[in-house]
Formats: sequence, structure tokens, C-alpha cells
Amino acid sequence: MKLRRRQRERLSLWLQYLAFIAIIAVVILAADWGRLREAFFRVDIIESMFPTIITVALRNTILYTLGAFAFGLVFGTVLALMRLSRVAPYRWVATAYIELFRGLPALLVLFLVGYGIPIAFPEREIPGGVFGSIAIGLGLTAAAYMAETIRAGIQAVPKGQMEAARTLGMSHFTAMRTIVVPQAFRIVIPPLTNELILLTKDSSLAYVLGVTAQTIEVTKFGRDTLNDRVNATPLLVAGLTYLAITLPLSQVVRRLELRYAKAR
Amino acid sequence: MTTTPPRPAVEIRDLHKSFGPLEVLKGIDFEVGHGEVVCVIGPSGSGKSTLLRCVNLLEEPTAGKIWVNGIEMTDPDVEIDSVRRGIGMVFQSFNLFPHLTVLDNLTIAQRRVLRRRRAEAERIARDNLERVGLTDKADAFPTQLSGGQQQRAAIARSLSMEPKLMLFDEPTSALDPELVGDVLTVMRKLAEDGMTMMVVTHEMAFARDVADRVVFMDGGVVVEQGPPHEVLGAPRHERTRSFLSRVLDPTQVAQLGQPEQSPEPPEPPRLPADDRHNL
Repeated sequence: MKLRRRQRERLSLWLQYLAFIAIIAVVILAADWGRLREAFFRVDIIESMFPTIITVALRNTILYTLGAFAFGLVFGTVLALMRLSRVAPYRWVATAYIELFRGLPALLVLFLVGYGIPIAFPEREIPGGVFGSIAIGLGLTAAAYMAETIRAGIQAVPKGQMEAARTLGMSHFTAMRTIVVPQAFRIVIPPLTNELILLTKDSSLAYVLGVTAQTIEVTKFGRDTLNDRVNATPLLVAGLTYLAITLPLSQVVRRLELRYAKAR
Repeated sequence: MTTTPPRPAVEIRDLHKSFGPLEVLKGIDFEVGHGEVVCVIGPSGSGKSTLLRCVNLLEEPTAGKIWVNGIEMTDPDVEIDSVRRGIGMVFQSFNLFPHLTVLDNLTIAQRRVLRRRRAEAERIARDNLERVGLTDKADAFPTQLSGGQQQRAAIARSLSMEPKLMLFDEPTSALDPELVGDVLTVMRKLAEDGMTMMVVTHEMAFARDVADRVVFMDGGVVVEQGPPHEVLGAPRHERTRSFLSRVLDPTQVAQLGQPEQSPEPPEPPRLPADDRHNL
């Protein structure tokens, strides 16, 4: 029996659905649900984690993330402008910085800021304690990535925009600030939000700086609770807490992209 | 600038411009008088856009001197930003600022460069929007406008700086044919109001009707110039004639392999009495 092309396609589609459902069914049937629930979903443990996981842990995670993002954004913009500068030494310094910090693990940089600097300059203190250390420690690395993103965004703004601005008598600096950079930021909002999501997760590295009950963030809080209760439920709760930030963020990006697509 | 007092609006002396090994302008001498409308025509690659872009120094001349309203643009110490305030420029691709509303497009340079107050800047912007027939588009974003509306907004943006000289770089080349007329009408009105204009264009009917002088460029030099009825109606040079016949009668393609100079001089092209863009 010879099948027509459309029949073949339909058959292939149905077979794939069937295989998929079969795999799901096997997983559901084979899993030991009682044990899984015991290990990952103890309601009493979930209840015990609230409200601290929100009022302290999540709050700190957000603070660390925003601190690192703000530091990285400002410093990254400066680096991007240096990369595009007419002053050659600016370009060299910015390029060297970006290459260096993209090549180092974020954890190492965090150690450097959290322990290296206090050892080298014991009389000085990084302002803001753990918050300051993590904002700078993660921000230094984030700045290197953001600089490259922002530079690409600036270069993606059509040359005619700068020409039109200069023709109206604006200085190079004013044209950059009021015409080119605002458009560049629109272009780089999606990749920068990606960076924000990465930083949200990287903020968990704060634990290496020795956080206290007041400065604890979500991952460390989950791990501490796991140690206390000898149960994996806190990890599930911590994971869902991160998703509560990161999933809406991607949704926001999609909205913004749509809105700016209209204005372009 | 203490030489003979009444300087022309634009004065160009022995202008050369090269892009790498390619010499685009090969010694241009050229003037535009105050209130004069000069149309620059010529085949693509003839250097006419480069010439225009040299006038406000968007392109740095390789050699030669340029004065605009008596100020030497080619002086390395020229205060370029302040001189450019007096020179409006309209681009082929409009170059409106897409992140700003039409009104903000018209006010941003007034406020940042001329330091006008918001109310004053907006009043001047709205006056100019009215001039180009876009009163109702003040709050729209550029992408919500048609090409012709965008170009008129771009003209209004330049006018808001109250320039003494307007440069037009093929202002209608990116437009759909049915939108060209509105832009040319605005430009014609501007010419009637006495604006000094230098227009690089392919719109021969506009050049014929509005220009005080037509300049034909080819191969980086000015081949001939004069009143429109002479340059367009009775061109003296073979290159002008062949260009005009190609522009005005594009279907009559020169046969392949045949040299451009045909043995018998071609008939001087006649301008169609009724052009497609009725103004």
C-alpha cells in the first residue's frame, strides 16, 4: 500500500505524539511518588520557610541583583563609550578590561573584592558591607559583558541619526546623550534583561562572603533550611522563588520589545 | 573675514574630496547667492551629494576652501556646531529621531542647542508643522507617518532652527511617487519665501520651475550651469544632453556596445510640458 504525501505526514505526526505520551506515561507510572513528595514537598517545611524567604531572602536577592546590575550598567556604559572613543588609550584600557573580566570566573572576582581587597587595604572598608561587596564583585564582571552589548547597540543606531543631530548644531556629546544612546538602549533592552536574569542567579554566590541571618539570600536560605530539616523541600521552594522573578522578567521584555517595535 | 563685504551664502573654491584612492570631487568652484535656489543634477556617482555634504562639513574636504555666510568652514578652528545651526539639512532617508514624537523632534535641538524654553520651542515647532501641513501629527511618532509626512516633518525640524541656508540631499528619492508632490510643494513654498536653497535632486520639473540656477555635475566636476531653461532646455554639453535624455526618456536605452557619443548630435531633450508631478 502506497501512502500519499499528506497521509505520510499525518502518520508521522501521530507517531510522534504517541511516542511522547508513552514516555510521559512511563515516567509517571515508574516514579515513586510517595518518596518524592516526602523528599521535595513537605508542606510543613514549606510553611516554616514563610515569610522569611520573602521578607529577608528574596528581598536580599533582589537587592544584590539590582546593586550589581546598576553598577554594571553605569560602568559598562562608560566602558562602551571608551571602546568607541577617538582617544586611543581609552579604547586600549576598555578593551583590556573587557577581555580580562570576561575571562575570569565571577566567583574569583567576588573573592577578590570580598577578601583580596580587605587583605590588601585593611584600613579601608567597601561601603555597604556584603551588599557593597556583591554589587561591586558581580558588577565588575557584568560590566564587561554589558559594555560589549551596549557598544553593539550604539553601533546599531543608523549613522544618519548622528548626522541629523550634528546638522542641527548638536555637539558630538549632546548628540550621543540625547539621540544615539537612548536609541541604543532600546535596542539592547532584551540582552540587558538577559544579563539581569543571569545576575539574579549569580547573586547566590553571595554566600561565599559569609552572609548572616540579616543578609541571607534565597539559595543560602534554602541550603540552611535543608541542613536543619534534612529534607530537599527547601531547594524546591528556593527554585520556585527564583522563577517568580525570572519568568515575569522575560515577560516584561517581550512587552517592551513590542512597544518599542511600534516606536521604531 | 575682512575681504569684500557682500559674500555669497555659499562659496566653494577648488574643492577636492577623495575617499581613499577614489577622487569624487575634482576641483569644484561654486557659489550660491543669498536667496538663490540652486538645483544640482547629475548621474549617480557624479559627486553631487558629496558636494552638498561638504558644505556643512559632514564630509571633510581633502583640499579647497568653503565659506558659508562668510565663515570659512574649512578653517580647522571653525566653531562647527555653531555654524551648522544656520545650515539646515534634509536627508534622503529623513533621519527623524524615531524615539521622539514629531513635536519633540522639532524641539530637541531648539532646547539643547539654542537653549530656548519649552513653551517658545513648542510654539516655533507648531508654526513650522503648520507650514508643512502636519499640524495634526505633532504627537505622532515618526514611524506612524508616511514617507512624505516624515520628510515634511524633517524639513520642519530644520526650519525650527531658523537656518539661513537649506541643503536638500535628494529629498524625494526615497518616496513613493504619489508622495513626492507634497514634499516638493513645501520646498517650492520655502523657495518663494526667499530661503537660500541648495537642492540635489532628480526632479527635473522642480528644477525647471523653482530653481534660479541649475548645476550639472558629472565625474566630480561641474560640467555646466545656468538658468534652468538653458541647462535643461538647451544644454551646451554633450554629457548634459545624454544625461537629460536618459532621465527624461528612460525607455530609450542606448544600444549596447555603442559609444555614448553618437555620430550625429542627439536632439536636445524636450521637457515634457505636463510633468508627472504637477506642482
